[in-house]
Amino acid sequence: MQSTNTGRAEHLLTVNGEQRRVSLRPADTLLSTLRDELGLTGAKPGCENGDCGACTVLVDGVPMKSCLLLTTEFVDQDPPRSVETVEGLDGADVQRQFLQHWAFQCGYCTSGFLMLVEGLRRQQPEANRDERVDWLRSNICRCTSYAELIHAVEAVLGHERGAPRSS
Amino acid sequence: MHAVGQSVARKEAPNKVTGRARYNGDATPVGTLTAVIVPSRHAHARLRQVDVAPARRMPGVVAVLTGQDADLLCGEVLEDRPPLARGTVRYHGEPVALVIAHGEAEARAAARRVAIDCAPLPLVASVEAAVAPDAPLIHPELGAYKRAQPPVVPKPRTNIADHAKIRRGDPAEGWAASDVTVSGHYTVPQVDHAAMETRSARVEILHDGRVIVQSTTQAPFEVQKLLAQSFHLQQGQVIVDVPLVGGAFGGKAAVQLEVLAYLASRAVNGRPVQLVNSREEDMATSPVGMGLVADVKLGATRDGLLQVAELTFLLDTGAYTDSTPRVARAICSECTGPYRVENVRCDAYTVYTNHTYATAFRGFGHFPLTFAIERTMDRLAATLGMDPVELRRKNLIGPGDRTPTRMMLTRSTLGDPRTCLDRAAALLAGPPVQPTGPHTVRARGLALFWKTSSSPPNAISGALVSFNQDGSVNLSTGTVEVGAGTKTTSAQILAEQLGIDVDQVHIHTHINTKVDPEHWKTVASMSTFMAGRAVMEAAEDAKAQLKSVAAIALKCAPGDLSVGQGRVFLTADPNVSVTVSDVAHGYSYPGGDAVGGQIIGRGSYIMRHLTLLDEETGEGHPGPSFTVGAQGVEIDLDTRTWQYRVVRALTVVDAGRAINPAGARAMLQGGMCMGIGLATREGVLYDRDGQRLNNQLRTYKVMRAGEQPDAYVVELVETPQIDAPFGARALGEHGLLAMPAAVAAAVSHAIGRPVDHLPITPESLWQLSRSAEAAR
Ligand code: FES
Ligand code: FES
Repeated sequence: MQSTNTGRAEHLLTVNGEQRRVSLRPADTLLSTLRDELGLTGAKPGCENGDCGACTVLVDGVPMKSCLLLTTEFVDQDPPRSVETVEGLDGADVQRQFLQHWAFQCGYCTSGFLMLVEGLRRQQPEANRDERVDWLRSNICRCTSYAELIHAVEAVLGHERGAPRSS
Repeated sequence: MHAVGQSVARKEAPNKVTGRARYNGDATPVGTLTAVIVPSRHAHARLRQVDVAPARRMPGVVAVLTGQDADLLCGEVLEDRPPLARGTVRYHGEPVALVIAHGEAEARAAARRVAIDCAPLPLVASVEAAVAPDAPLIHPELGAYKRAQPPVVPKPRTNIADHAKIRRGDPAEGWAASDVTVSGHYTVPQVDHAAMETRSARVEILHDGRVIVQSTTQAPFEVQKLLAQSFHLQQGQVIVDVPLVGGAFGGKAAVQLEVLAYLASRAVNGRPVQLVNSREEDMATSPVGMGLVADVKLGATRDGLLQVAELTFLLDTGAYTDSTPRVARAICSECTGPYRVENVRCDAYTVYTNHTYATAFRGFGHFPLTFAIERTMDRLAATLGMDPVELRRKNLIGPGDRTPTRMMLTRSTLGDPRTCLDRAAALLAGPPVQPTGPHTVRARGLALFWKTSSSPPNAISGALVSFNQDGSVNLSTGTVEVGAGTKTTSAQILAEQLGIDVDQVHIHTHINTKVDPEHWKTVASMSTFMAGRAVMEAAEDAKAQLKSVAAIALKCAPGDLSVGQGRVFLTADPNVSVTVSDVAHGYSYPGGDAVGGQIIGRGSYIMRHLTLLDEETGEGHPGPSFTVGAQGVEIDLDTRTWQYRVVRALTVVDAGRAINPAGARAMLQGGMCMGIGLATREGVLYDRDGQRLNNQLRTYKVMRAGEQPDAYVVELVETPQIDAPFGARALGEHGLLAMPAAVAAAVSHAIGRPVDHLPITPESLWQLSRSAEAAR
């Protein structure tokens, strides 16, 4: 760690498998570091107090609301902690299913929901209907009817009427 | 190669699933200063002193502004709102000062040091209190305000900012002809748009005189005009740039932050300044959707034929009017619901209160209106002992009838409400209420809606189509992509007209007032109609140009030619042809010399034959056509806890023609979900001092996953609107319009008592049951 004369300091953060050098104030949230320092603007501020989930990213594979996390907790770790954002998804099934099922309109909540569902796929692929809905309740979409999102989740988890992993 | 009628994915969809879609907050240039609003902590008070000196001394602060630095009044219809409070604060959250600093942290720290000294004034906490004879005045200077966009009829020395009316037929005659009369009193609270992206604006004033505005607005051309007018600029100097918008629902049609960001930039020598609402500011400082109190009285014959309607609406516009007087006229225009009533008296008052000020909300007043009229229709059915569907069927308005504004309806302008009602009734078949267990019932409710645009009679929209060398085209319109897919719809219309693939149409996803032709505002579900008409004209213009160049190449008259499949060909012999790319950038002879030039098509549309409503009678022509529909719900209710859930929701709507069926369905379903939220949980709350209680998404409840119905049923009826692109009617707002009324009908059936107030929560039902018991 290297101090600068602005009260900021330089650290290493692992994002989407890349080691990135970030400068931060102790109070910086992971959301602000991703957006303002690293230009990863897929994660969105919707409330900045944990209510909406638009800022959801994966931390060590688990969906977390990046507006509630301090970046300092994730820098300079050995072994490094992994932060994944929507920009790190590359042709993932969840992206295809969101497109296929019209799971968004304005798209502002989409990055957060994508990371949430990707986390669900990794953490609890056998989740039943109630558990899937419980996961989805952490985020808000003001445009869609939720049915579209639930259909996309069903497709991702391969539970959609015997047509696993339809694309 | 048919583009219209296909469920093509949104043009920008791939960017939205990769985090690459750009919204206003996603690309802030380094060096941009941050402005933060210092809100009023009182709902009604006289400002004695605003001491900004301590804030100015804080590190990183560049400037602090107060009302003294902003000598202007804003307002879409009536200029009644200072951008920063001057002398008086009128709602909790109203901007009192603006702190400009190098970063948000510095700005917020300094904002806490602004000392506001004020003397509380008596609070006006409801519309009923506001119209009481001795009510404290919120705007003593009401009579002096400039009327920016008449009609608006303020009542000086009252809290009534506007009085809109319908006077049609003779109510006395109607009452005389009526065997039964019913009346109801209804309340709908203010509601929040709660778009997931909060509002933001960034302004930079360049030294060459240009003003660059980047904002989340639905109305970039309105922002341009308003800034030009307020600050004595040429409109062309003001350049408004809007990227993708993260949901709007009417809330981003109001011009607020743009003016503040302009004032901020002006105060710091034109440097770029951004103003980004926190969620709390977005809910309590920026405008909400109006609330409403309605009294509706209907008279009918014994066999259920409506004779007369008398309606009074008090619209809670909060501290300022913004667009509410226009909403009031929209309510007047359709005040009877889609029913034939010859004798109508309607009064819609825009009433000031010490609540957050209100602006347009998805549906432009029609969800509260529909709630009030449909609840009264259910009352009438109960009084007559008639099936509510039968009562509605009997009174349905139809071609040849006149609306409350005396607009004569045709099949094209109205659509087919009868088929919508019949289909919805069939889909909702079953008893109004049936037990499903010892303490549980299933109940059903149905309601109808209708709506026209209520847009200004001179609203315009333009389109530009330029050809690339390879025959692909660039399409530019003035609509904002707020999530409705309007850019994609326009591309489909253009592709269909030119006979090319949608993939060959390249759109500007963001809009820029300097290069994109004007589109009035992306509101009122009017984009498909207005921009679509402009696109069709631009396509025709481009085709005529293609033919005139191709006629030279093919040695014939332009009239001999047709365009399609990427070629310009002899209509009589399609084998004789040139490709569009041969002529798109001029036709070159074998020797290299050339003729023609780039094909650039232009299209321009202005509303036809609309008129402003007469101040006394309300007579006029408020929109080009109607969208009619029927909606229904099934609910499961527990009679011990009053908990209930909407398990099935349906909409049958006359879409005219669905240009993008999957898109239309998604839009309608999303609206239905929002409508169920409005019915079951949404509502702005204030405490006794007028302080906003629910300014966060944990306290202002919106629908979350799992709360939506198990099944959504959407059926489209297609009665073309003759003058609309491919017959397509407006659809963007309509999914929510009758949902609260349908839910209220079902709950009323379930508990055996009329439910007349929104939102309908288990607690409100419990209170209703207690008051009924007490009355027993
Ligand atoms: S921005 Fe993080 S939960 Fe809303
Ligand atoms: S798509 Fe707009 S909030 Fe979800």
